[in-house]
Amino acid sequence: MTGTAALATGLEVKEKVSREDWIMRGVLLAIALFLSVSILLPLYSLMSKGFQDKDGNFTGFANFSEFFATPALTYSIFNSLTITLWTSGIVLVLAFTFAYGLTRSCMPFKSLFKGIALVPILMPSLLPAISLVYFFGKQGIISSWLFGYEIYGPIGIVMGEVIYVFPHALTIMLIAMAMSDARLYEASEALGASKIKTFFTVTLPGMRYGLVSAFFVTFTLVITDFGVPKVLGGKYNVLATDVYKQVVGRQDFEMGAVVSMVLLVPAVLAFFADRIVQRKQVAMVSTKAVPYVPQPSKGFDMAMLGFCSLLGFIILSILGMAFFASFAKFWPYNLTLGLNHYQFDLMDGGSWASYFNSIELATWTAIVGTVMIFVGAYLVEKSKGFRTGRAAMQFLCIMPMAVPGLVLGLAYIFFFNHPDNPLGFLYHTMPILVICTVTHFYTVSHLTAVTALKQMDPEFESVSASLKVPFYKTFRRVTVPVCVPAILDISMYLFVNAMTTVSAVVFLYSPDTTLASVAVLNMDDAGDTAPAAAMGMMIVFTAAGVRLLHAILTRGLARRTQAWRKR
Amino acid sequence: MFTKIFKSLTVAFVSALMVLGFGVNGAAAKTDLLVYTAIEADELAGFKKAFESDYPDVNIKWVRDSTGVVTSKLMAEKNNPKADIVWGLAATSLMMLGNEGYFQGYAPKGIKKLGKLYYDQTNNPPQWVGQRAWIASVCFNTVEGKKYNLPIPSTWADLTKAVYKGHVIMPNPNSSGTGFLDVSSWIQLMGEDKAWKYMDALHTNIARYTHSGSKPCKLAAKGEIPIGISFAYRAAKSKNAGAPLEIIAPSEGIGWDLESFAIVKNTKNLAAARKLADWSVSKKAMVIYNKSYAVVAMPGIAKPVKNFPPGILKKMIKNDFAWAAKNRIRILNKWRDKYDAKSEPKKK
Repeated sequence: MTGTAALATGLEVKEKVSREDWIMRGVLLAIALFLSVSILLPLYSLMSKGFQDKDGNFTGFANFSEFFATPALTYSIFNSLTITLWTSGIVLVLAFTFAYGLTRSCMPFKSLFKGIALVPILMPSLLPAISLVYFFGKQGIISSWLFGYEIYGPIGIVMGEVIYVFPHALTIMLIAMAMSDARLYEASEALGASKIKTFFTVTLPGMRYGLVSAFFVTFTLVITDFGVPKVLGGKYNVLATDVYKQVVGRQDFEMGAVVSMVLLVPAVLAFFADRIVQRKQVAMVSTKAVPYVPQPSKGFDMAMLGFCSLLGFIILSILGMAFFASFAKFWPYNLTLGLNHYQFDLMDGGSWASYFNSIELATWTAIVGTVMIFVGAYLVEKSKGFRTGRAAMQFLCIMPMAVPGLVLGLAYIFFFNHPDNPLGFLYHTMPILVICTVTHFYTVSHLTAVTALKQMDPEFESVSASLKVPFYKTFRRVTVPVCVPAILDISMYLFVNAMTTVSAVVFLYSPDTTLASVAVLNMDDAGDTAPAAAMGMMIVFTAAGVRLLHAILTRGLARRTQAWRKR
Repeated sequence: MFTKIFKSLTVAFVSALMVLGFGVNGAAAKTDLLVYTAIEADELAGFKKAFESDYPDVNIKWVRDSTGVVTSKLMAEKNNPKADIVWGLAATSLMMLGNEGYFQGYAPKGIKKLGKLYYDQTNNPPQWVGQRAWIASVCFNTVEGKKYNLPIPSTWADLTKAVYKGHVIMPNPNSSGTGFLDVSSWIQLMGEDKAWKYMDALHTNIARYTHSGSKPCKLAAKGEIPIGISFAYRAAKSKNAGAPLEIIAPSEGIGWDLESFAIVKNTKNLAAARKLADWSVSKKAMVIYNKSYAVVAMPGIAKPVKNFPPGILKKMIKNDFAWAAKNRIRILNKWRDKYDAKSEPKKK
């Protein structure tokens, strides 16, 4: 507590800090402490290597000058930015239109389309890339559609990344769009504004924050992703694959740390941009808000239906192709379909154990992560005063996204396995996997929560404060129920990602905590595509099952908590 | 201060657990042996079963990953090693870790029966002992070859011919041990100058470099590329699965590395680790190694393995591991500066 006191003394002159504020700051500090241990310190123990030589002697910026003197390495910066900007541009347009169709039109099958759009999240990240090879590779069924260009290179990377990040961008956009005030639209209509004018003066400004966070999520996810460039990169080097080469190929942790720091730059920029936009954000859902209800309009609804169907079809074909290929006997020379690829003996090699370990990991990640992330986002957004502390916290929350999983995993070894670390007992256990996974996927969940919270009028808090209702009661009775859809989305997101993630945990699992996603990787490595596909299927089925449960829960809970959205 | 209290509390807690654990299980408890390995996942169960039937008091616990990931993991754990023994990892990786003082020497019972090439000759007792050789090979897809009218290559030199332009894939030595094995063998075969000239010529024919060593052959098997430079085990495995492959061991000579083991310096389970070491050089183990690899460390054991290129033993170069380990970073940097820089998307 002493730390909070020291930080808060400066503010006390201006504003009286109540007991409630102390509780809020205490909880905020606890979460900040967690993030310090789970991201800041491990990262420090790895990054400090960037300033050392192999024997741990301090060398200043020597490694950096070596990096900038090596064209093979610096050229990747340009490549990374190119594919990232292309992907972000494409994804933003697609996700915006898709979300627009889902929330602002009266097209049929909305929930079906939402389900389909989120399918890529259910797949282990390698799957879309592999599918693209089956479509556009040399043996691909429609390889001629690339007009003579190869899939292996920037084109392939952008295609793979678009599929990979689309659901992430869509989730944020949907939440941003779901919260809207119909009175603004009514006013706009009453003032005689055209549809297009309303779009640019009401819809887009209201979406600003969602658009910006969707952009930064896409940007950072793509620039740090290494799965897609690994399969489809060809000769096209990007920063993320360079980290892999340094760390896994050459065991050159020092240069790996330098490249990772170069990768961190966009995250820092994202943080400041986010601050600037956030300052201008006005609450969309005021206490008097009336939810927007779309009115049927035949032409518009049909156009939206057409667009969503096309995108849905593409996503389903990607999934379908992966499944088909796993049924074919030997792609592409023997396409006899058969279940013999599926006579897998999952018992062999303890794969069932890995599967249940994965479920355990996913469950813990969802529970611990959702509570911590939502409470953290709430405190960052709604607590009063304590500016510096909150800004620091915001930064801590955004940082994990900028760290490639590979770097996070290694950093955990350096930090948690250090002989002097009192937390060393966590190494090689399930909790360390949970901590790592929660941290790895912290940012997107945090942004989802923030987007939802931002659209709630601060008057809710002011009113309850003036009625002498403690903040935790307002939190429990108003904030949480209003944000139920976002909370469920977060837990779903964490669960599914914990099931499919590989890059960080591959460095941290022990023989007692092997994971299904790692098993997929290993079996595929061994050339056993069949059991690998089967285990991949188990992951997809489980994730889909949870997704279904999520849908039912959302519907049930929404009926109870979201009735206010309807008139 | 706080850390100290925390630390002693943890120690107390852990020791209490250990006392309890030992109290319950008594002396008959099995020793858990933490083994870090890069051997293919599908072989692990067989090795574990065979070893534990001979030594029922030891329970192997695998941590299995690709060569690069295991080596990085070990290197990162350097200050506080977790593994008891590293088993089935490339000798070059073990030598690199050995230079950091990672291992302790031990001469397993019966090591004299192994070929001298196949275990550590610089330290006595040896720090690493080889199990079986992992050999470079070229995979040639006959169906795709016919499509493009490509003759079957038989030498490394053949691969630089103009007909093969854009039809060859090899692993990037900066991310794959197999890639480095190729480059290092070319330099040892041809000498530095000629080898780099050879690679310049080869580079113009290469469609792209992959991150993993098994990938080129997997790609050739799927017809994504006619020719993949990879290793024999993967090649044979793909061919057995039904891929239309011709497996070639180029006549100039081929690079190789050894799957080897080494005992970690401060292991708490030294007795059990030595049991595994002893077992690993036994004839029984060699016969199991031979199931999927054609060259094993004990001479006179190996029988030909289905679909391995014939005469592979004679084509293996005299591999100087110490030289390769010493020059590795220099070669990798030069390779990177020459071939890994700026590249544009290519028209097919």
